[in-house]
Amino acid sequence: MKKIIPCGFHCIKIKDLGVSFGDQQVLENINLHIHCGQISAVIGRNGAGKSTFVRAILDEVPHTGEILFKNKMDNTIQGLRIGYVPQTVNIDRTTPLSVYDMFQSFTGKLPILVKTKKEHDHVKEALAEFDVEHLIDQPVGTLSGGQLQRVLLAMAVHDTPNLLLLDEPVSGIDKNGMDAFYEKMQYLKETHDLAIILVSHDLDYVYKYADNVILIDKTVTAAGKPKHVFESDAFKNVFGKGATGEVEVSANV
Amino acid sequence: MFNEMFSYAFMVRATIAILLISPLFGMVGTMIVQKRMAYFSDALGHSALTGIAAGVIMGIGNTTVSMIIFGICFALLLNYISRKGLSSSDTLISVFASCATALGLAILSRGGSFANYSAILVGDILSITYTEIIELIILFGIILLFWCFSINRLTAISIHATLAKSRSISVRIMEDAFAVLIALLVMLSIKWVGILLINALLILPAASSRNISDNFREYTYFSIIFSIFSGIVGLFVSYFTDMATGPMIVIIASVIYFATYIYGKDR
Repeated sequence: MKKIIPCGFHCIKIKDLGVSFGDQQVLENINLHIHCGQISAVIGRNGAGKSTFVRAILDEVPHTGEILFKNKMDNTIQGLRIGYVPQTVNIDRTTPLSVYDMFQSFTGKLPILVKTKKEHDHVKEALAEFDVEHLIDQPVGTLSGGQLQRVLLAMAVHDTPNLLLLDEPVSGIDKNGMDAFYEKMQYLKETHDLAIILVSHDLDYVYKYADNVILIDKTVTAAGKPKHVFESDAFKNVFGKGATGEVEVSANV
Repeated sequence: MFNEMFSYAFMVRATIAILLISPLFGMVGTMIVQKRMAYFSDALGHSALTGIAAGVIMGIGNTTVSMIIFGICFALLLNYISRKGLSSSDTLISVFASCATALGLAILSRGGSFANYSAILVGDILSITYTEIIELIILFGIILLFWCFSINRLTAISIHATLAKSRSISVRIMEDAFAVLIALLVMLSIKWVGILLINALLILPAASSRNISDNFREYTYFSIIFSIFSGIVGLFVSYFTDMATGPMIVIIASVIYFATYIYGKDR
């Protein structure tokens, strides 16, 4: 795997982002700078607007404000390529799609009605980065949650996105899987020139791995280094004091 | 035995027509099943009646043209309304399909003349002409081209629309294009297959193939093979037993479905 050192000169600026459904203001005044080479974790209570935030970045919901991708070296604005990993994909067991088919349908030009050795090897190579190359011919519906997630990750980073956007990607994964997942995030941020935004519920993992934490409750109520956010009043209001205690214990281990 | 059968020009034409229509049904059916659009294609079939009625009212001699135009509008309307998400889409499709069918039946039955149109219900492949076969060849070309060009995108959308959109696949355009394609296929073949059976022919081969396939190539090719096989065998059996062709094709396709279901259950 070629190692690309994150340059730190790319920055995603989110300015005055707001989303409303009808009369209901779901998000407002979101201002953030996301840097490449960093993991930014988005946390918040249920219904705080985390998923809406993700959908706004993806342009799935109408929103106000803007999202700019800026190269600080020469101050140019570029198009932002997003690698997205959804919470889940609903594929039932009997769906006749192999991992190759799914990968190729999202990323490849060659119609999945045919399969060439070249394309097969190409997909295999991309899967290998996440140690799932052996699953290439398995039906997608038979994968475990962890395996499916790795395949989705391989798809997301396949054409070198600037931003990796993950919406609670570890639901339904055991502790070993969680450790492996967060270590993979660490590895990605060190080896790829990309920024990572991760919506998560797992506060102790967030504390351990994130470079920045963004606490959302309709707007950004706290942001910064994990320690800073976890000690803020806004955080205690949402998660209570107990959570902080737990986090500190596990963070010290 | 076969010599005698093919000495009739109508049997030759019918065989050619089935060799053209059935692979298309097998292929397009895979995506209809994959995208859970069985209801949608059924509604489209029923709207053919309204299309004919519209043609009759407006005095268009060639009702195929009015059927195609109406079918395309109807398909796009269904897509538009489903997207609004006001009610669940199967309910909406049901409402619109019943409404269209009723409208068509009402208009065509005016003055007790529905008997003139009842052939459309079961279809009659034996009456196809060479000009109409040319139409099918053109349709065949269009669908094949579209398929090679957009199968990856359609599959991606069927897996996860947001994920597809994040990879700059234009979800709406693809969905509309696919709906128009189904409308074309349904309207151009409904005279030969019949309103009552057309959806069975679209769904059964793909559903059978789904029982035994592990990847998309198996899925597509088995579906096409099942479709051609039931089409041809159905035609021959109907010739020798002197029964209607459409129902015979569906019976054979159903037998294949049950066989693959039993075979695939143990996988």
